[in-house]
Amino acid sequence: LMTLPYAMSALAPHISEETLTYHYGKHHAAYVTKLNAAIAADESLQDKSLDEIMKSSSGGTFNNAAQVWNHNFYWNSLKPKGGGEPSGPIADKIKESFGDFETFKKDFSNVASGHFGSGWAWLVESEDGKLKVVGTHDASNPIVEKLGNPLITCDVWEHAYYIDYRNSRPNYIAAWWNLVNWDFANANLASKL
Amino acid sequence: MQLARSTLSTAKQSNAWNKFQKLSFSVATLPSLPYGYKDLEPYISGEIMEIHHSKHHNAYITNLNAAMKNLQKAEAESDLSTIIKLQVAIKFNGGGHLNHSIFWKNLAPTSSGGGVLNEGVLKEKIESKFGSLEKLKDELSASSVAIQGSGWGWLAYDKVNKNLSIATTSNQDPLEATTGLVPLLGIDVWEHAYYLQYKNVRPSYTKEIFNVVNWKDVQERLIAAMKS
Repeated sequence: LMTLPYAMSALAPHISEETLTYHYGKHHAAYVTKLNAAIAADESLQDKSLDEIMKSSSGGTFNNAAQVWNHNFYWNSLKPKGGGEPSGPIADKIKESFGDFETFKKDFSNVASGHFGSGWAWLVESEDGKLKVVGTHDASNPIVEKLGNPLITCDVWEHAYYIDYRNSRPNYIAAWWNLVNWDFANANLASKL
Repeated sequence: MQLARSTLSTAKQSNAWNKFQKLSFSVATLPSLPYGYKDLEPYISGEIMEIHHSKHHNAYITNLNAAMKNLQKAEAESDLSTIIKLQVAIKFNGGGHLNHSIFWKNLAPTSSGGGVLNEGVLKEKIESKFGSLEKLKDELSASSVAIQGSGWGWLAYDKVNKNLSIATTSNQDPLEATTGLVPLLGIDVWEHAYYLQYKNVRPSYTKEIFNVVNWKDVQERLIAAMKS
């Protein structure tokens, strides 16, 4: 289980300490525990990296590996006092691909709030260099679906927001915009995953 | 309330419009619960029941009605592309409406017999198929817990094999439309169905919910399915 890059209370009031206690401390942790158990039981997994396991497995093992990967990405996509408009290469890329930041923000928010069922909303860089907003179901992600290089993500499983926002996913997404870690997005732009 | 409103507006319209309305989908409305929000406590909290019914189910209905209205328009314009595009929203929101409408009736307060399986055809079939009620509960719980993401666990009637079966559906896929199996008892394992009370511990929820299962309703569905 990765160490959070900030204290559990550091994302409040947008995402509460209580949510982190469960989301990181129970959900994410459980995916790690179950993945480790699967690795212990299967020699062929033992010298593979998380990425390799995720790309080559299916069923329960895939589910656990992908969710570990996704949650690692999610915690890094957030930072205390993050949010606001981006700066650096990502800002230019967003203007290029969406016209302006507000259009991108609307697009991302629509995909995130309109997603049916559990899943994730992502900003990705596709092969042609253009940025796109995509949604994935349950444990899936742009890596395994070959949708592009992920830059930032928002978890829209209900456990990500139910404690703080109940059924109101749009309110959670509005809060998420106050935490988005543009440094992480810039770092991802610079390195192809 | 919504029913009264639509009746009033229909009365104001011409005969021709009335005829058209009868040919088209009736506006879906939120069914009332057969019990109060708090009546399933301590097994399902009043807070969960209120949000689940008045927000989640209500939203499926609102969105279903909007999709069906758009469908009517697309049909009138013979816009096949839009008709096809709308199918996802109809399946999701329509499925949500169907599933939750079954779910509220599948539950009953312990004071009204919730949790009690009396002698009858359902009990016979459960014992013959699963061995005992306890074994059915274990199997249905396990299947429901194992669902990745959001979905439903079902006790169903298989008309082909003329027997009970356990099934799962993902997201809001409606059981009968997608598999032909007749839904008898649904266990909603979307996180909104249990999170406020059980948090991440889905297995506790799928165990405790049996205390408020309305087996009378389940039996009625079985009898109807066996006849059809």
